[in-house]
Amino acid sequence: MSARTESPSNEMAEQRSKILFERPQALTDAITNYCPGCSHGIVQRLVAEVIDELGIEGKTIGVCPVGCSVMAYDFYACDMVQAAHGRAPAVATGLKRVLPEGVVFAYQGDGDLASIGMAETIHAATRGEKISVIFINNAIYGMTGGQMAPTSLPGQVTQTSPYGRDTETAGYPIRVCELLSTLDGVALAQRVTVDSPKNVRLAKKAIRKAFEYQIEGLGYSIIEVVSTCPTNWGFSPMDAFEWMRDNMLPYYPLGVYRDIKAAKGEQ
Amino acid sequence: MVDHVKMPLNIMLAGFGGQGILFAGKLIAYAGMIDGHEISWLPSYGPEMRGGTANCSVSISDEAIGSPLVTEPDVFIAMNLPSYERFIDTVRPGGVVIVDETMVGACTLRSDVDYHPIPATEIAENSGLKGLANVLLVGKMLAVTGFSTEATLSVAIEKSVSAKRLDLVELNRKAIALGADIPDSDACRA
Amino acid sequence: MAEKVLMKGNEALAEAALRAGCRYFFGYPITPQTELAAYMAKRMPKVGGIYLQAESEVAAINMVYGASAAGARVMTSSSSPGVSLKGEGISYMIGADLPAVIINVQRGGPGLGGIQPSQADYWMATRAPGHGDGHVVVFAPSTVQEMSDLVASAFDLGDKYRVPVMILADGMLGQMMEPVALPEPTDVQSLPEKAWATNGHGGKRPHNIVNSLYLVAQQLEDTVVERSLRYSRIKEEEQIAEAYLTEDAEIVLVAYGAAARISRSAVAKAREMGIKAGLIRPITLWPFPVNTIDTIVPVAKAFLTVELSMGQMVEDVRLAVNGRRPVSFFGHTGGIIPTPDEVLTAIQRVASGEQLDLVPYQSKLTGGAR
Repeated sequence: MSARTESPSNEMAEQRSKILFERPQALTDAITNYCPGCSHGIVQRLVAEVIDELGIEGKTIGVCPVGCSVMAYDFYACDMVQAAHGRAPAVATGLKRVLPEGVVFAYQGDGDLASIGMAETIHAATRGEKISVIFINNAIYGMTGGQMAPTSLPGQVTQTSPYGRDTETAGYPIRVCELLSTLDGVALAQRVTVDSPKNVRLAKKAIRKAFEYQIEGLGYSIIEVVSTCPTNWGFSPMDAFEWMRDNMLPYYPLGVYRDIKAAKGEQ
Repeated sequence: MVDHVKMPLNIMLAGFGGQGILFAGKLIAYAGMIDGHEISWLPSYGPEMRGGTANCSVSISDEAIGSPLVTEPDVFIAMNLPSYERFIDTVRPGGVVIVDETMVGACTLRSDVDYHPIPATEIAENSGLKGLANVLLVGKMLAVTGFSTEATLSVAIEKSVSAKRLDLVELNRKAIALGADIPDSDACRA
Repeated sequence: MAEKVLMKGNEALAEAALRAGCRYFFGYPITPQTELAAYMAKRMPKVGGIYLQAESEVAAINMVYGASAAGARVMTSSSSPGVSLKGEGISYMIGADLPAVIINVQRGGPGLGGIQPSQADYWMATRAPGHGDGHVVVFAPSTVQEMSDLVASAFDLGDKYRVPVMILADGMLGQMMEPVALPEPTDVQSLPEKAWATNGHGGKRPHNIVNSLYLVAQQLEDTVVERSLRYSRIKEEEQIAEAYLTEDAEIVLVAYGAAARISRSAVAKAREMGIKAGLIRPITLWPFPVNTIDTIVPVAKAFLTVELSMGQMVEDVRLAVNGRRPVSFFGHTGGIIPTPDEVLTAIQRVASGEQLDLVPYQSKLTGGAR
């Protein structure tokens, strides 16, 4: 107790300014274009933290296709490739085949991955391309202003489903992890979210595993992050998480859908 | 170099897919190339290859070859009736027609062509050369036209047969020699 | 010179690509380019390269995009309908300044069209290989030997200017065999380093970005202008054409690829008949060899363009001739290969002062529908 009243020595000053939290090295200091309260910022940071922790920035190439994360090439400090809408898995395939010792990740949204790019997704997965895919599922097209996504929920109101998604005419949402979990080329398919510190930690663990599996050459990994879009949903960030928990998580249950290492009993 | 043959020499080969039409054309083309001529080889392709007819245009010339598509053949080799019927009227007057009589079974109505029917498939089967009727016909063409030499064709065979099937080289050489010796069938002589 | 071998055009393109240091091939099956992909599938594993059959043409071209971004020499091949699908990726490659070699072994169109030889993709290749303000360099071989020779040039030129390069062949050239002397293999290690490649910065340089998105209009214009200046250099320095018997030619045919082979035979026949005919054969379609046309205009009385289409390149010929001489056209569509005699008839009619175009020519010469 008495120490607190003493004037601080230089040594103590250094201790007090010890850095506890900083921008990951794998992120540049560019300011992101994400809306306040958007989960993109959290997930993007988790990916960067994993790159830092694994010490792989120098051999990592990120692929960012069309969507809200289209400008991620400015945000990540590793080499970055911007891809056409939906084509990230194909572009990542080309990169990885040329650079088998490199680490290639694709950061895709739901329209990109599960609609226009579904063919590329399924085939990269079934080929067992050694890439890591981060899949942001927020049940809406964010960048173009809130249209119905392949993962929009039944009854969900969007700009292009103004009376709610009618499954009679617009069909049903796609559960991507469940779908991909049937493919032998998939090493890891896991659904996470980032609505609480606990879930953020779990999400980071999953993303790290996706990168580790790639480095071990195990196959295609996908981490689906059930996310929010406060702007286009028309909620505050906290209400958006609430809506997500009440509506999305029942349709998109969190969990591990495929893990070939766990299946083999190694962990 | 064979110099008594009229150049360019345009050849059409036609028959069923699987009879070795394209291979026979390739042998002729290779021989022309080895003899120092310009050559081209153009196959029919696509769905008509699937169980239908196959045909192949070969040109041998001493000048750069324009269109590789033979529309007025100097030599026509026919291995089935539909192909025979399709191309017989395109043969240049005075041209050479060699038919596998076993498969075509037709006598030509044209009196302005040099017609050579031989029962190639039947003879091939009876001579332990099953499947090589096509090469027999190339041997016959060699004998009729003198477009190359047996020695050249022997090299052409080596180059055309897959490295995995070297056992076929001798059989093909035998087929060339045999084909060259088969006399015209007299079935069509009045 | 290396010993000549007998090869299909499709196979010669593939072998020449391997010898030019291409170790990555992404494709999707389509007639009549199949032999090229099959050759790659057979050879790539033997030379330590990658052959990958993509799920679609769209995926294939985007794999090419990724491999090119990584700095590799990479190729894809297809035929007309498949090249339409590649249009998206080609546009992105143009926008991201990525080199690659794209083969189009043309077949008849539009739509599913046919599978026989055609030259109906001239506009797609030279005008709009994809959306946006951009070009690919287009080579048009007319022999199997040239198919082999142009591949290394295509890779080198693509790397030099950072542009995609298309080799525009057709089903006839792809399927036919001719003797070919293959080029000596390029030493891959000797190729210039691509400092822009996204192959991992290794902590040694700032991060590289491969991108075609510019949300600030001025930035977009700056990049498009910079690229257009590169195009100007290409137009100045990279035009190639062959001139055959043009020194004194009064009737000058202009034809590329398979049509040029037929036209050449027709020109030779016309000369035998005393008609002073000649042939300009563009080897680069973009840039179009306007300089060659320019040098021949003063001698020529009339031009005659021959194509396996309803008349596409003829527009470039008219632009180059620029009203100084009449420009006639003769053509057939996919699979109808004109004979040298048909072309000869067209030459005779042009020589007699007629100006031919599609409709009157077809109705007069063939009595309407074929």
